[in-house]
Amino acid sequence: MSNKIPRLLWLAALFVLAVVVVACAPAEPTKAPTVAKKIVIGFTASQTGKLNVESKKQIQGLELWKDHVVKAGGIKLKDGTVLTPEFKFYDDESSTDRVQALYTKLINDDKVDFLISPYSSGSAKAAAVVSEQYGKIMITAGAADDATMEQGFKNTYQTYTPASRYLTGAIDLLAKFDPAAKKIAIVHEKDSFSTSVAKAADPYAKSKGYNVVLLEGYDSGTTDFAPFINKIIAAAPDAIIGGGHFADGTTFAKQLYEKKVTAKVVALLVAPPEPKFTEIGDAAQNIVGPSQWEPLATFSEDAAKKAGFAWYGLSAADFTKDYKAKYNEEPSYHSAGGYVAALILQKAIEDAGSTKPDQVRAALDKMDLLTFYGRVKFSTEAKTHGKQVAHDMVYMQWQKDASGKLVKQMVWPLEAKTADWQPRK
Amino acid sequence: MNLWKQPFLWATLLVILVFALIPIVTGSAALREDWLLILLYLVLASSINIIMGYTGYVSFGHIVYFGIGGYVAFFLIQQAGMHLVFATLIGGLVAVLIAVLIGMPVLRLRGAYFALATIGINEAMRNFVANFEPFGGSVGMFFNYEVYTAYGGAKDALWLAYYGMVVVALAVVATSFFVKKSKFGLGLMAIREDQDVAQVLGIDPARHKVTAYAISAFFPALAGALFFFKNGVIEPGPAFLLHRSIEGLVMVMLGGYGTVLGPIVGAFVYERLRSFLITNPTFSSFHLFIAGLLLLLIVLFVTAGVVGWLRQKSPTLRRVLE
Amino acid sequence: MNIEALLASSIDGLMLGFVYGLAAMGLTLIFGVMKVINLGHGPIIALGMFIVYLVATQLGLNPYLGLVIALLLGLAFGIVVYFLAVHRVINAPELTTLLATFSVNLMIIGVGTVVFTTTPRALAIDLGTWQSGVITVLGTKAVAVVIAVIVTGALYAFLYRTRVGKSIRAVANNRAAAELMGINSTWVLALSFGIGTMLAMISGGLLATLFSFTILSGGIYELKSFVIVVLGGLGNPTGALVGGIVLGLLEGITTIFIPVGWVPVIEYVVFVLIILVRPTGLLGAR
Repeated sequence: MSNKIPRLLWLAALFVLAVVVVACAPAEPTKAPTVAKKIVIGFTASQTGKLNVESKKQIQGLELWKDHVVKAGGIKLKDGTVLTPEFKFYDDESSTDRVQALYTKLINDDKVDFLISPYSSGSAKAAAVVSEQYGKIMITAGAADDATMEQGFKNTYQTYTPASRYLTGAIDLLAKFDPAAKKIAIVHEKDSFSTSVAKAADPYAKSKGYNVVLLEGYDSGTTDFAPFINKIIAAAPDAIIGGGHFADGTTFAKQLYEKKVTAKVVALLVAPPEPKFTEIGDAAQNIVGPSQWEPLATFSEDAAKKAGFAWYGLSAADFTKDYKAKYNEEPSYHSAGGYVAALILQKAIEDAGSTKPDQVRAALDKMDLLTFYGRVKFSTEAKTHGKQVAHDMVYMQWQKDASGKLVKQMVWPLEAKTADWQPRK
Repeated sequence: MNLWKQPFLWATLLVILVFALIPIVTGSAALREDWLLILLYLVLASSINIIMGYTGYVSFGHIVYFGIGGYVAFFLIQQAGMHLVFATLIGGLVAVLIAVLIGMPVLRLRGAYFALATIGINEAMRNFVANFEPFGGSVGMFFNYEVYTAYGGAKDALWLAYYGMVVVALAVVATSFFVKKSKFGLGLMAIREDQDVAQVLGIDPARHKVTAYAISAFFPALAGALFFFKNGVIEPGPAFLLHRSIEGLVMVMLGGYGTVLGPIVGAFVYERLRSFLITNPTFSSFHLFIAGLLLLLIVLFVTAGVVGWLRQKSPTLRRVLE
Repeated sequence: MNIEALLASSIDGLMLGFVYGLAAMGLTLIFGVMKVINLGHGPIIALGMFIVYLVATQLGLNPYLGLVIALLLGLAFGIVVYFLAVHRVINAPELTTLLATFSVNLMIIGVGTVVFTTTPRALAIDLGTWQSGVITVLGTKAVAVVIAVIVTGALYAFLYRTRVGKSIRAVANNRAAAELMGINSTWVLALSFGIGTMLAMISGGLLATLFSFTILSGGIYELKSFVIVVLGGLGNPTGALVGGIVLGLLEGITTIFIPVGWVPVIEYVVFVLIILVRPTGLLGAR
C-alpha cells in the first residue's frame, strides 16, 4: 500500500503535465489561455400533449439560438473562458405533474447550470416552484401568468408581457373602430394563464363602459364548445374575447364559424398568431390575436440607438431568415420567445463574466435592453421580482388578400399596423 | 399481544427505516426525491390493502382521500399560515370524517357496484374542487414563496416533508400489521370471505367496514398533504388522478393482497420501474402498459401476488411473512 | 331566460345523446350477458376514434368507410380480448373481472400513448349546416344521429330475430340452462364481448367525426357511459339509447342555467345516488 500511493501520484502528476503541455502547445504565448467549458441548460418540452404546437415552436427557437452560439464559437467571457451550451431536456407530455418530477431530476440528477421554463403558465409555475426551492436561475418563456411572478421569487425571470395585458388592447381596438359596440362576452380556458387574462380583461372592459354579458371558463381539453356558443348566441355580444391555448382556441374559432356566430370582433389567445391556425380555413378569417412578437416587427439597432437603449443580438429579419432556413416554416412569437429566453441568459452570463448564480442574477436585475423581440427589463421589487415590465404586445389579424389567401396583418397598436382592422362578418 | 415478540413487524419497520435514512445520511436531494415517491406509494398501497385486501372492497377511487388531505392542508397552510404538522393532521381528520359519511351508505353496496361508486365519488369531488373558488378552482392553489421561510427556507421545508413521509410510512405499516393481527382484523377478513356468515357470528359488518374504510382514508390524506406541500402547487387534475389510485391497486395485487408485506414490496418494485421509464423519450408512458400486463398476469395466474405466492410455496415463509 | 337558447342547447344535447347512448350500449350488453363491467371501455372507444382517423388520413378513404373497418376490427379485437383477459376469470367474483378488464385499459393507454402520443387529432369533415333562427345543426351531427339509430335498430333485430342473437339472450338469461339446450356458451360469450367492443368502437368513430380527440379521450365517454348505464338499466342495450338521450338532454338544458363546469359535478352525484338507491337502474326491469 505505502509504496503504491506515491507511484500513483507520480503517474497522475505526469498525466496532468502531459495534458497541460498538449493544451498549451497550440496557443499563442502572448494571449491569455482560453479555458473551454460547457454550460448545461435544462428544460422540459411538451413534445406531446395538448400544448405540443406552441411548445415545439419554443424549442425550435431555443435550438436555433444554440446553433448560432456554436457557430460563433461559444459564449466568450472576459476572462477568456469559452462556454459551449448544451441542452438537457425531457418530454413533459403537457402535464404539470411530470414537469415537477422532471425539473427536480434536471436539478438533482443532471446537475444543469441554468433552467429555461417549459411552455405554458401552468407548467412554468410548477417548474418555478421547484427551481426556487433549489435556488436555480430560470428564464421563463411562454409563461405570462401574473400571479406566478408575484410570489417574491428570487431566481425566476419572465420574458413575456404578463397575461393581464393580453386582451386589454383588443378592447381598446373595439372602442376605436366600433364606438357603437356595447356588449362583450368573455369565454376562456380555466388554466392559470387564461384565467389571469380574463380576470384583468373583465374589469378593464367594465371600466371602459362595456357590458360584459357572459363571463365563463371552460376546462382545458374541451372539444365541444356548443354549450358556450349557445350561451353566446343568446347574449348576442359585439365582441367575443378569450380562448386559451392552441388546440382549444382553434376548435373554438372553428365551431364559432360553423355555428355562424356573428360578432364583429373575435380575439383569441395564443392560437391565432400560430401560422398553423389557418388550417381551419375560412373560420380563421378576421380573427384577432394578441402576439408577443411578429416577424413584421421592426426593432433594430438604429432604433435602439435613437431611443437610447442597449441593443443585443441579431435583427428580426435575420432571425426570421435563419429560422425559415432551418425549419422551413414561419416563426411565431413562441419561437421568438424560446430564442430570446436563451439570448437573455447569454447576455447576463456575458455581463456577469461568470456563471456564478449571484453574479448572473445581478446582471439580470440590471438588464434593460432592446432585442429583435423588443424591449426586456425585469422588476426588481421584492414581491414582483423578475416580472417583465418593459415588453409590449401587438395584435394581429388574419385577412384575405386580393387572391383570397389568408395573410397575417398587424392591426394594433396603430403605430405598428400593417393594415386596417376589418370587422368579422 | 406482546409487542416484543413480533419480529416480523420490527424487522419490516427497521428495513424501511434503514432505506429511508439513506438520503438523510448522504444528504442527497436526488435520493430524497426517489424515496419520497416510493414511500408515498407505499402509504397509498398499504392503505388500499386495508379496505381491499383485508375487507374485500375494491376502492377504485381511493385517491380521493389523497386529494382531500392535500387540498385541506394546502389551504390551511396558505390561508391560515398553519404549521405543516397541524395542517397535515387536520387534512387527515377531514378525510376520515368524509370517509365515514361516504362510507356509511356506499359500503352497503357489494362488489362491482361499490367499485363503480368510488369512481363516481372521485370524479364528482375532482369536478367539485375544480369549480370551488376558495380552493382556487381549476387553477388550484400555489404557495407564496414566503411560506417556506417559517421552516427555515425551502431546503429545510423539503426535508421536513420527507421526514413526515417517513413517519407516515412507518405508521401505516405498523397499523396495517396491528389491524391484521387484531380481533377487528379477523372480523374484516370474515366479512371478506362471507359477510352473511360473519353477521351470524356476531360481527357488525357496517361498523367494521366503515372503521376499516376510515383508517384506509387517513394515511393517504396525510401523504397527500406532505406531497403537495413539497410540490408547492396543487391542482384538481393531479390531486384526484384516477390512474394513480389504480396504480395503487396494481401494487397491492403485485405484492400480494391481504398481506402486510405485499403492498410494501409492490410499491417499491412498481415505483422503481415507473421512475426508470419516465425519462425514456419513447417509453415514458410505457409503465402503464407494464402495469396492465402485470395486473393481468397476476389476476389470471398468481392471484396471491409475490408475497402470497411465497407464503403458499414455503411453510417456513408462511410462518415468518405477514 | 332565453327560450331560443334553451331550444338550441336542448337540440345540441339531444343529438349528442344518441352518440352517448351508442357508446354505452356496448358496456351494458357485455354486462347483461356475462355480468362483467368492462373497464377497458374508454380506451376501446378511443381506438375506434383512431381507426377512423387513420383510415381517413393514412389511406385517404372516406371517414364513414372507416366506421365499417372499425366495426370489423372491433368485433375481432373484442373476441381476442375476451379469450386473453376475461375467459379464464369469467366465473370468478366480479372484482376479478374488473381488475382484468382494467388491465386491458392500462395496456391500451400505455401502448396508445407511445404510438399516438397525447397530441390532439381532428378530422376535417364538412357536411354543411342547416340553419333556422338560432338553431344551427351540423351535417356531421345529423349523420351521427342517423347512424346511431341504424346501429341500434340493427342490434335489436340481431338480438331478437336471428338464431345467434337469440342464443345470446338465452345465455344472458341463464347460462347453465342455455348450455343444457346445446348452446356453446364460450363462443356466445366471446361473440357478445366482440359485439360490445364493436359498438364502443363505432361510437368512438362517430365521435371522431364530431370532435378532436387523443388516446385519453375515451375516458370521458366511459364515465358518461357508466352514468347512462345506471340511468337506462344495467344490461339493457336499448335502455342505453334512452339513457343516452336523457343524459344528453339533461346536459343541454342544465348548461343554460348554470356554469358549464358544474354540469359534471351534478352528473356524478346523480350517478352515485342512483347506484345507492336503485342499482338496477332507473329504467331497469327489476
